[in-house]
Amino acid sequence: MVPRAETAHWLAGSFVLLLGLVLVSEVIVGTPVFRRRPWRAYLWPSLALGSGVLLWVITIFSTFSTIHLLAHALWAEAAMIAGGFQLAVVRGKLRSPSWSLVTAAALLVSGAAFLVHEPNPWLYSRAAFLHHAIGWMLVVAALFPIGHALRPRWLVWRTGFALTFIVLALLLFADRDAAPIFGRFGGIAGG
Amino acid sequence: MSSEIATGIPEREVPRPRPRPAAHRRLKVRTVQILGPITMLAGFVWAIAQPYRVVFMHADGKGLYDYLVQPPLLVVVVGLVYAIAIAPGLVEDLEAEEHGPAS
Repeated sequence: MVPRAETAHWLAGSFVLLLGLVLVSEVIVGTPVFRRRPWRAYLWPSLALGSGVLLWVITIFSTFSTIHLLAHALWAEAAMIAGGFQLAVVRGKLRSPSWSLVTAAALLVSGAAFLVHEPNPWLYSRAAFLHHAIGWMLVVAALFPIGHALRPRWLVWRTGFALTFIVLALLLFADRDAAPIFGRFGGIAGG
Repeated sequence: MSSEIATGIPEREVPRPRPRPAAHRRLKVRTVQILGPITMLAGFVWAIAQPYRVVFMHADGKGLYDYLVQPPLLVVVVGLVYAIAIAPGLVEDLEAEEHGPAS
């Protein structure tokens, strides 16, 4: 049985929430303590890489629309590339903070894909609203890894990056296949 | 030169006390410990606020996904996973750091 789109989004939301909590913990305890156990150091890059693999599964189910297929494929690639580079950073193969720019690019591409593949305006439905909100949030959130590349010691970049995932999870949990936004549109797109 | 125009002896700036590392570390420990329960509490509150999202009470026409994959339940599960699998190790490492450098 193929799950509904909202079911997939909620599952993705829980995955993202856990990732957000892990990143928040790293900000709280500090990277040296967080990386005392190797499995924890590799957790975020592995989750990013794993979410890329899972997104390919979602891509397979997205054949109902070319733009959805392309968007999901793009996210899968972006997540895998960002996860792969972060694995190399944690491993110590890549040392420059500038490698955060790869994560920034992944967020930018993901945000753009969200915005491009939503054909309806903001207030058409809840799904449309969330696509716009998530898209712009990811575009803005790309500033955090850029900031980290330029000023790696500033805690604000890592905090902002971690909180981005918590907010993203909330937005994904709020998704419904057919529901109104702010009480608009009655029966046009469900609700 | 009149002594009336003489200014007072400038006081040396007293440095503000820095937060004690042990207290700071205890705060970190508490924060890490509370993240999981807070997440679970958020899930419970959500389930109470929107009871129709938890289908155990009214199961008519609902499938497996409706039972297992509902945001309030998922939030509780995530909080539980964090509290059981991630927080204890972090707390242990923070306390180990308090007692000595990494081995």
